[in-house]
Amino acid sequence: MFNHAERNLLHAYLDDELDLVRSMELEDHLAQCSDCTREVSSFRALRQASSNAELRYSAPHRFRTQLLAELSKVNRSQTPSVIAFRQIPVWSWAAVAACLLLAVTASVLNLSHGAQRELTREVVADHVRSLMATHLTDVPTSDQHTVKPWFNGKLDFSPQVRDLSGDGFELVGGRLDYVDGRNAAAIVYQRRKHVINVFSWLATGENAEPSATAQQGYNVITWKQAGMEYCAVSDLNRQELSELVSLLRK
Amino acid sequence: MASPAQSQDQMSRFETLVIPHLDAAYNLARWMTRNTSDAEDIAQEAMLRAFRFFDTFRGEDARVWLLTIVRNTYLTWIRRHAPQQNSAEFDERLHTDIETALTPESEFIRQATSEQVRRAIEQLPTEFREVILLRELEEMSYKEIAAVTQTPLGTVMSRLSRGRSALRQLIAAERRAEVTHHV
Repeated sequence: MFNHAERNLLHAYLDDELDLVRSMELEDHLAQCSDCTREVSSFRALRQASSNAELRYSAPHRFRTQLLAELSKVNRSQTPSVIAFRQIPVWSWAAVAACLLLAVTASVLNLSHGAQRELTREVVADHVRSLMATHLTDVPTSDQHTVKPWFNGKLDFSPQVRDLSGDGFELVGGRLDYVDGRNAAAIVYQRRKHVINVFSWLATGENAEPSATAQQGYNVITWKQAGMEYCAVSDLNRQELSELVSLLRK
Repeated sequence: MASPAQSQDQMSRFETLVIPHLDAAYNLARWMTRNTSDAEDIAQEAMLRAFRFFDTFRGEDARVWLLTIVRNTYLTWIRRHAPQQNSAEFDERLHTDIETALTPESEFIRQATSEQVRRAIEQLPTEFREVILLRELEEMSYKEIAAVTQTPLGTVMSRLSRGRSALRQLIAAERRAEVTHHV
């Protein structure tokens, strides 16, 4: 019944991972086989030697204290820019908005520029909202083959989802969002502690090269490619955000 | 927007469910990096990440969930810091040849000091080291190890088996070195 070569089973036996029938088969075999019996006793000795409590490292006290302080700081303010944004009273935003509106009206800015700016403001707001609410992702996974199919039937396009972990951009997940009056996919990447939202939706018009702006301390890069409009938003510095954009455009 | 009460609640849930596993997180990071300062960086980053994504925690085993994050944080870190470091630390074929010739006696292994075992584990290749740590120090089941390492059960079993054979050889080598040293 029991095959000598099934070395893995010896370990499963030692680890109490075998079912009753298999355990009994194995014990029958051990009763007749001195080689396997010696193996079991040698590995049992090894387990004793390596489950020694002295091998455990505990977190140093200083480290633990620092970490707990850091966590409660993060808890109080998700990111510094977000708290700044939150602390500004509503009336001052209204004032800023009124000034902006005046400036825009008074200037000879063309319409599409104004629309672009409106769009930037909207995606930054979406980005900030995704960080503040406990709703960064609808489908939290680093597996691109899970994220992409999740959007099936939820959007009338299939968003680009890439595994860029080798380039230091980790895939965090995906989320359904709403940009410029239509459904959009938000693919969330992360570099160090910086969250990056890459929004995409169906576009009209020709391809457009990436163009970078900043708003409320967030960098925003937009481009159009293959009938899709993309917008990457993050508090990550512009250079690294551009790096992600060029990887996505490949 | 999360209200202060909500975030307070979130923090206390995190303190109850996740913080108790801080030592396990640090221990894994320490064994994977083999030094204190990198271990602290990784444990800290993993804890912050766990906190940020705490809403994705679905009430399963918090230790499994946290150690998965620690391991992923380590993998990202190692890719950035030392992409080639993982290869060829231990020639399994070579040691298997020795093994057929010489199976170490149980008593010989049992008498190994903590320091010898520690040095031997440190020499194991990463994929063996992690399963052995999760099994022997964390006392995780095969299923839990499979969840943390994101590998199939069969792979966990074969890595444990090969890892233990390798570890046994390394400990025997440490012991023999000690004996030779004393003579």
